[in-house]
Amino acid sequence: MSLDKEAVARIARLARLKVPDEELAPLAVELSGILAWIEQLNEVDTRNVEPMSSVSNVTLPQREDKVTDGGIAEKILANAPGGAVYIEQTDKNAGGFFTVPKVVE
Amino acid sequence: MAALTDLTLAALKATLDKKEASAVEVTEAHLKKLDEHRALNAFITETPDRARDMAKASDARRAKGQAGLLEGVPLAIKDLFCTEGVQTTAGSHILEGFVPQYESTVTANLWNAGAVMVGKTNLDEFAMGSSNMTSHFGGVENPWKRKGDNRKLVPGGSSGGSAAAVAAYMVPGSTGTDTGGSIRQPASFCGIVGLKPTYGRCSRWGVVAFASSLDQPGPLTRTVEDSAFLLQGMAGHDPKDSTSAPLAVPDFAAAVRNPDIKGLKVGIPKEYRVDAVSAEIVALWDKGVEMMKAAGAVPVEVSLPHTKYALPAYYIVAPAECSSNLARYDGVRFGLRVPGKDLIEMYQNTRGAGFGKEVRRRIMIGTYVLSAGYYDAYYKKAQQIRALIARDFKQAFEKCDVLLTPTAPTAAFAAGEKMDDPVTMYLNDMFTIPASMAGLPGISVPAGVDKDGLPLGLQIIGRAFDEETMLRAAAALEKAAAFNLRPAGY
Repeated sequence: MSLDKEAVARIARLARLKVPDEELAPLAVELSGILAWIEQLNEVDTRNVEPMSSVSNVTLPQREDKVTDGGIAEKILANAPGGAVYIEQTDKNAGGFFTVPKVVE
Repeated sequence: MAALTDLTLAALKATLDKKEASAVEVTEAHLKKLDEHRALNAFITETPDRARDMAKASDARRAKGQAGLLEGVPLAIKDLFCTEGVQTTAGSHILEGFVPQYESTVTANLWNAGAVMVGKTNLDEFAMGSSNMTSHFGGVENPWKRKGDNRKLVPGGSSGGSAAAVAAYMVPGSTGTDTGGSIRQPASFCGIVGLKPTYGRCSRWGVVAFASSLDQPGPLTRTVEDSAFLLQGMAGHDPKDSTSAPLAVPDFAAAVRNPDIKGLKVGIPKEYRVDAVSAEIVALWDKGVEMMKAAGAVPVEVSLPHTKYALPAYYIVAPAECSSNLARYDGVRFGLRVPGKDLIEMYQNTRGAGFGKEVRRRIMIGTYVLSAGYYDAYYKKAQQIRALIARDFKQAFEKCDVLLTPTAPTAAFAAGEKMDDPVTMYLNDMFTIPASMAGLPGISVPAGVDKDGLPLGLQIIGRAFDEETMLRAAAALEKAAAFNLRPAGY
């Protein structure tokens, strides 16, 4: 499968990656090269082979459905890139918000 | 008495236990090495103040008779493990300045065992690379150089900073993570021991995720015994990682104390004899077989027919999982934010500026192979191949107890030598990826040097959750190979 510039631009949009126009053509060559190399998998007959999604042969463990943490709003907001807003300045663990750019006009 | 920094982790433990040196003295000696060899760029963040505090606390615990398994031992931590209050970058611009508010399970286990953190080591961005050259914080230099050639060589990757720090005697041990060879390949390039445990042996909780079905933390050390001690300190069941194995941690060090391999069946997979491998590596591998035989083991030829498909299947599975895992870096809750005219543009600007070239490439491959209409042709196909690879190993292990293979197809290369084509770079992991795909443990042991005097490793692969037999075989190989060289000037 060979990808052209437009296909690369579409994948970049899906992945929410800004890719400058001048990088699209070289990326198309690189990605096509990787995909062409991957094509060799078609040599293998995989009919009736169960896909393997995990190497651990165990059913995933379940735990009791109960709250195991909480009251750590300050920790959760500590790395907020736009800064955080707290409901109460005196008790930051009482709750707060991430700030994001305005999305609704 | 040997310098404290020359001691193996096991010898350092003994020195501390006999009170011939305090944790504070041991830590100071190693911090001095970090100063001396800063030019290697092995660390992204050094934590000397924290190290001194931890060493003091360690000495206090020892005085009270509460010494743990790694009491007072200085360690370097790959900057992929979240460390509370200490910047954790994953080698990426997008996480620059990110300060975790929690501690990864593996590092928490190490601190509970008494270890001391001296810093966070450099790595390929999000652990994606085999050279350390994709780090946003600059490449790491391998302490080893070719004879009569002053060019800088790469330490391998992605745990390149962790490997260089151990090879340069800055620390006796470090943590790494291995997704397709990121512990074993740099260990081979730097002349040290690197152990990837069975998937599920060490908790992934608090480790920045790359490909969740493959990622596995493990130790890098200068001896096999040291890797056993360090693994002991890292491993253990963790309910916070649903894929963590609910098994007790064996006494790994006991397995290496008496490396008797009489009658051990050592499988030699014939499909690993491929053209891309240098004659020197093949010769070393043959020598390795002879050494194991001389120690009483029985070599057995085995077949792993799907070996050649492991690498291309990996380059579907790993990018697919990475594209999902890295979706979380959206500029909203943590990490970099680059503004845009609307929300979508903010995402695009943030991720375009925050991720480096290789990471963007893998996210795009992953996005493509998971996109509507292509899922069956790529991702499902790769998972089916993965099942066949795992079956190959299962059948091989009916005939043998461990496998012996080269670790990497070449010795360390110079920066820029393999950068033009991504696929050429991916081939570095051809011998390590099959075991990763099957979730099996593997260990690289330094076994010789090439014509330029660069170290070469051999890999022992074990059965799932049988690190003990693997370690025993590795200890026997280490003893027979008697690799005792160190990089000039370190």
